[in-house]
Amino acid sequence: MNENPLPSVIPEKDWKKIQRMLSKRSLWMIHFCTGCGAMEMPPTMTSRYDMERFGIIPMATPRQADLLLVTGYVAVKTLKRIVRVYEQMQDPKYVIAFGSCPINGGIYWDSYNIIKRLDKYIPVDLYIAGCMPRPEAIMDAFLKLMKDIDEGKANGWVRYRKYYEKYKANQMRVFKRWDE
Amino acid sequence: MTDWIGILTQAGLTALYLFLAVVIGLLFLGIGRKITARIHNRVGPPVYQNFIDVGKLLAKKSNIRHNWIFDLAPLFGLAGVLLTLAYLPMGGYRLLSGEGDLIILLYIMVIPALGFALGAGASANPNAGVGVMRALTLMFSYEMPFLLVVLSLMIFYNTASLDVLLNKQMNYAWAIAVLPLSALAADMALQGMMMEKPFDIPTAPHEIASGPLVEFGGKYLGMLMLYSAASVIVETTLFVDLFLGGGIVLDPGTYGSVAYVVNYLVWLILIFIVWLIALFINAVFPRFRIEQAFKFYWKWPTIIAAIGLIQAYIMSVFLGVVP
Repeated sequence: MNENPLPSVIPEKDWKKIQRMLSKRSLWMIHFCTGCGAMEMPPTMTSRYDMERFGIIPMATPRQADLLLVTGYVAVKTLKRIVRVYEQMQDPKYVIAFGSCPINGGIYWDSYNIIKRLDKYIPVDLYIAGCMPRPEAIMDAFLKLMKDIDEGKANGWVRYRKYYEKYKANQMRVFKRWDE
Repeated sequence: MTDWIGILTQAGLTALYLFLAVVIGLLFLGIGRKITARIHNRVGPPVYQNFIDVGKLLAKKSNIRHNWIFDLAPLFGLAGVLLTLAYLPMGGYRLLSGEGDLIILLYIMVIPALGFALGAGASANPNAGVGVMRALTLMFSYEMPFLLVVLSLMIFYNTASLDVLLNKQMNYAWAIAVLPLSALAADMALQGMMMEKPFDIPTAPHEIASGPLVEFGGKYLGMLMLYSAASVIVETTLFVDLFLGGGIVLDPGTYGSVAYVVNYLVWLILIFIVWLIALFINAVFPRFRIEQAFKFYWKWPTIIAAIGLIQAYIMSVFLGVVP
């Protein structure tokens, strides 16, 4: 846990505010490209929409990232990898679910191996509706997430720590075993 | 009796210079991101973005740990690079010096990279292992032309001490005017030393997931960002000291403290120009494979540096040009 370096000078409330301000302006993202939503990421990153002007850059590994993007449907096999990636990220960490598939299954709603709601397995801070969402919607979601972080409402990582047993029980209901 | 006030003043001054170097390095990285974005026809982040990034990384709430070597590696890298900065004259002032310090400097410059490699190896990630292997191969390639260049400078100026080298350049002429071929070879070697684009093979994010950095997160990565910011200053200052007279235009002996300020500003402008050249090459080039980089370095820069060495030898031994 990272404590306040100067408790006598900076009040605890201000220290939390500073932390939130810093993590708001420098979101490093790892995009878990499960489905067709991955196609919307290149225009968001490159010169047309340019998300680097808000300090959001793609990172290569989950250890360095703050923001997990799940772009598209989540199969049971993929969910295991998503949980592993999420648990490797360092607190504070945020999740954006992308498109209608992680919300309610989308066009895969009656598929035998697609999970319906991502929120039951890992805490999601923000959903973007649409099939697929345009880059404008993604930029809007980033700005909304920054606002939520500033107001202290994006606290999925706190929820994951608090209700860890319940999230694990939900995950184990769909996985037969962890090691395959 | 020991002069405690003098020692404390000097320590404080050195700490100030090192702090300024790290701040300037972070600012340079931010300017680099902005300029790269403009070349890509993007808006780009603000120039202070890297300060926010370092602050965020140092204020992260959890850190991944593996073993104690992994814990010590970022400190090792940062301390090594600060030691190198203390040896380099930044606009005239420096704490540590000695006889033959150009050779000592070449050894010290390897320490931070080796410490960093030690930590990456301790994380036992295969990507980190590949990255470290590539970094050591790249170091092996660019050291060949760079050592030839340093040898030609030592022959021409007849010294292995940075102080004497800077004094002679101030009184006679900048080395880039006398030995342009060696300067060209050194600039090519500098591109590999800074791991900018044709030679960013060790940390290729799309191939090996940022190589040696792959397991570092949180505070460790923040320390490594400070390390890379300081190493930008080390490498550009090395080129400026060897070929552009270290930015020393006024003699501190005659002009006093005004000379320190003017020299510092000139040094700042010169390292910025050297950094811009590296940045423009970085922005438009794709990446070499490691064996292509090795072949390139042992072919063109080595040939150019060898011709520069012959030129320096002929000028100083046969023509009797003594700076």
